[in-house]
Amino acid sequence: MSWTLIALLLLPLAGSLVVAFLRGNDRTAKLVALAFALAELVIAVLAWVAYDPAGDRLQLTSSVEWIPAFGIHLSFGVDGIALVMIALIAFLVPVVIGGSWADKLPEGRSAGGFFALLLAMETGMVGVFAATDVFVFYVFFEAVLVPMYFLIGRFGGPNRQYAAMKFFLYSLLGGLVMLASVIGVYVAARDKLGSGTFDWATLVTVTKDLPLSTQIWLFLGFFIAFAIKAPLVPLHTWLPDAGAEAPVGAGVLLVGILDKIGTFGFLRYCLPLFPLASQELAPLVLVLAVAGVLYGSLLAVGQTDMKRFVAYTSIAHFGFIALGIFAFSSQAGAGAVLYMVNHGISTGMLFLVVGMVMARGGSRLIQDYGGMAKLTPVLGGLFFVAGLSSLALPGTNSFVSEFLVLIGSFPNQPVFTVLAAIGMVLAALYILWLYQRVFQGPVRGTALVDAVGGPGAALDPERASVPDLNKRELAVLAPLVALILVLGFYPQPVLDVITPSVGATLSEVGVTDPVAQEGK
Amino acid sequence: MTDLLAQAQRLTAPEIDYLAVAPILVVLGAACLSVLVEAFLPKAQRWSTQVVLTLLTLAAAGASLIAYANDALPQGKVTLAGTVAVDKPVIFLWATLLVLGFGSVLLIADRSVEPGGAFVAEASVLPGTKQDRAQANRFGMQTEVFPLTLFALGGMMVFVAANDLLTMFIALEVLSLPLYLMCGLARRRRLLSQEAAVKYFLLGAFASAFFLYGVALLYGYAGSVKLADIAAATSGTDRSDTLLYAGFGLLVVGLLFKASVGPFHAWTPDVYQGSPTPVTAFMAACTKVAAFGGILRVLFVAFERSSWEWNGVLWAVAIASMVIGAVLGLTQTDVKRMIAYSSVAHAGFLLVGSISLSQEGLSGTMFYLMAYGFTTIAAFGVVSLVRNADGEATHLSQWAGLAKRSPVTAAVFTFLLLALAGIPLTSGFIGKFVVFAAALESGMAPLVVVALVASAVAAFFYLRVIVLMYFSEPAADGPTVSVPGAMTTIAITMGAAITLVLGVWPSFALDWAGAGGFIF
Repeated sequence: MSWTLIALLLLPLAGSLVVAFLRGNDRTAKLVALAFALAELVIAVLAWVAYDPAGDRLQLTSSVEWIPAFGIHLSFGVDGIALVMIALIAFLVPVVIGGSWADKLPEGRSAGGFFALLLAMETGMVGVFAATDVFVFYVFFEAVLVPMYFLIGRFGGPNRQYAAMKFFLYSLLGGLVMLASVIGVYVAARDKLGSGTFDWATLVTVTKDLPLSTQIWLFLGFFIAFAIKAPLVPLHTWLPDAGAEAPVGAGVLLVGILDKIGTFGFLRYCLPLFPLASQELAPLVLVLAVAGVLYGSLLAVGQTDMKRFVAYTSIAHFGFIALGIFAFSSQAGAGAVLYMVNHGISTGMLFLVVGMVMARGGSRLIQDYGGMAKLTPVLGGLFFVAGLSSLALPGTNSFVSEFLVLIGSFPNQPVFTVLAAIGMVLAALYILWLYQRVFQGPVRGTALVDAVGGPGAALDPERASVPDLNKRELAVLAPLVALILVLGFYPQPVLDVITPSVGATLSEVGVTDPVAQEGK
Repeated sequence: MTDLLAQAQRLTAPEIDYLAVAPILVVLGAACLSVLVEAFLPKAQRWSTQVVLTLLTLAAAGASLIAYANDALPQGKVTLAGTVAVDKPVIFLWATLLVLGFGSVLLIADRSVEPGGAFVAEASVLPGTKQDRAQANRFGMQTEVFPLTLFALGGMMVFVAANDLLTMFIALEVLSLPLYLMCGLARRRRLLSQEAAVKYFLLGAFASAFFLYGVALLYGYAGSVKLADIAAATSGTDRSDTLLYAGFGLLVVGLLFKASVGPFHAWTPDVYQGSPTPVTAFMAACTKVAAFGGILRVLFVAFERSSWEWNGVLWAVAIASMVIGAVLGLTQTDVKRMIAYSSVAHAGFLLVGSISLSQEGLSGTMFYLMAYGFTTIAAFGVVSLVRNADGEATHLSQWAGLAKRSPVTAAVFTFLLLALAGIPLTSGFIGKFVVFAAALESGMAPLVVVALVASAVAAFFYLRVIVLMYFSEPAADGPTVSVPGAMTTIAITMGAAITLVLGVWPSFALDWAGAGGFIF
């Protein structure tokens, strides 16, 4: 019985309740929220230290009986994949709180409500990754929608009602389809074992022997839910709306963490529970993955709205992750998991710097900006770093993961890998072109020209009323830049945690991996 | 004369287990007493006397039920010459009915929300006349509603326990006739209320006729109206199947009508909208429990062996009900009509559980009934609070921005809507889960998929209300939320608390619902 995960679950929930009662006093609410988020980060570090990569499949486990009539237990535990995701959550939430510190909230909304919802989301997200009982996983999977729904709907952009509703309905529909499969798995276990259970480790031993046709039906239930979450083309249409309308902080968590529930679900549920169906349907998934890479990249090139742009780049990145997972090699699998972490860091940072640009210009449209680097050189530089990380330049974190995915996938799936590699070229195009339009050249665009007081004034940075990054913003971005560089040059500590779990997952699928023994 | 006496002495009175039927006797006895109170007490004392009498009656009936439940044989017993069975499901349903009735009576008795109560002082005054306008400003209230409630509740209790079809028919009438009257007693919008009463009465009378005709045909088929005898007859082959099919069909139409299962739901929206809201709460919660209690007993006891003959029809009815409820609910603009269509969809889910004909189906359906009943009572309690100068403001556009004016009311209603939508950590989710699990185990996978899709569609209209309350700006001349009196507060709190408890810690209720099956 380990209390670490339980503490990780309860601490943000307690923080959320405390902050919710501090609605009158915005400053105290923010400080308390930040304190809780930092305490959570400390516990997450302790969990990382306590985790033994060479140890059991699931560690830091705890279990309490919940609904005995259905064999449901409140069970928690982590493998390497879940652990790095929980660490990423604990890292991103304080960053997001810092980044949202000075957000202009819609009229009549209090900062206390906003930060309480963020902390409530943190509990839900940790629960999704820490649950080892499929029923409990499902409960968290659905419960995490509610705070996000209110974050978008109450604090989002002008079209927030539509975006919040679309987000919720898409996820709920996926969740309900998954519920059918969750019950189906339970019934299968009951038929075989005599008493029903939702324990993941037990279910894995039961469902892998099911006939292929049953596995395919059950697989599809889980897969549709996760493909909506991830999101894979053609189930992606909610993300650009939700990402664009969400407040920046919530958007970081949306694409950085919430969407990873989908790819995490592939690894934790689809592959080990339904190995036959996974292999049978892998070509289909790979088609969707590569389609996502190309489609997301092309649409990112054509975007006029910076937040929608970030959402479409994410769709492309999720294609890479899905490719790595369904290529069934340990290198590609480890690369995909590392990609999940790196995408959280680099896209999270990209979202934050876009938010900082918008906070200065007051517009989401790319055409309203131009030559901004002359006014805000530091912001321009950091925007560039985020962009380079997102396009996977060697030396940044994303390069390692994208490279691992591509060389790991190539032996098994050469065609899909080559097609996906086109996405790398497109990534350079869309990132650099965006940077060029917003930051390079003479100062132009209505958002900036108005802010500096007419076209002539723009040439003198001294008199500009567009301020560069302040200390708070620098402090928010600094840890992200540090991680981008550290993981770019020395990803080994993270890979050490990930690789054994990915290997175990693949052996559950029954894939023999020629490159598995070489070690990375 | 002596002849007659001799004959009378040969009659043996049936043995009556007074402890088992004590709850019915208490409720019906108190209902008669309540009529006498109405006749002989001066007007000023009636209201307080009736409230105390009614609440004490329900408490006493609950106490006698507890005494019986502790004392009874493990399976319960059949008494009153085999016409009434008090077994484990009946104990569960009676307890549910009594507690739901308690909550409804609290709503009915409240006089602080609407000054003088939600009921008209003189129901016989024509709507729109001078006298009618005059009485709208007086504070008197028709206290006949209390004996009517008790009679209806007594009828419901007999209905779920009836072990032969004739008893069931009489119970059906005893529960229906008071309800027809109660619908027409609204203080405001008298014409709508009277129209609802007439509509309910006419359609209800047809449904009763169908039921009675079905009983007659089944008597012709089996030579008995006892459920056990019909069950025995269906296992033989030498009888007319035509009588069985026609009798079963007509009988079931009568039952489905009362349970507002689509396509026999046409009365539901009009009656829910027109009735005084406390009566709507009573009808929606208690009538649903009683009707499905009857359906469960009839299907499980009398027609289990012939299930292959009617299964397809009830599959179609369940699908129709779920689709009608979910799709037509989308177009509603009145909150009471919306909940009415939601109840039609829920009736479809309940029917899915009922026709699974397994012990899990029985316990799951009963749990769902309990969960749904409490959520509904609390929801209508909240509806009765949102008012403007003309009474309740039930049009959805009037609910815009409610969260700003009264955050607590909006939060409670949001929670109840999430429960109706079946989001985890509410009773609605556990209810859906147990019902769908039972259905899947009985091999009804297609029905479960339809049910899940219908749940997702229905979620849209619950969410729409949340969007209105939280994300929209309040209308300038919007309604105010009345400060609820103690009684309404207790009823809403009870409903919301039980919705939460059954969602977080459902074990005790699940165990209780699964304690045993029907006896006959």
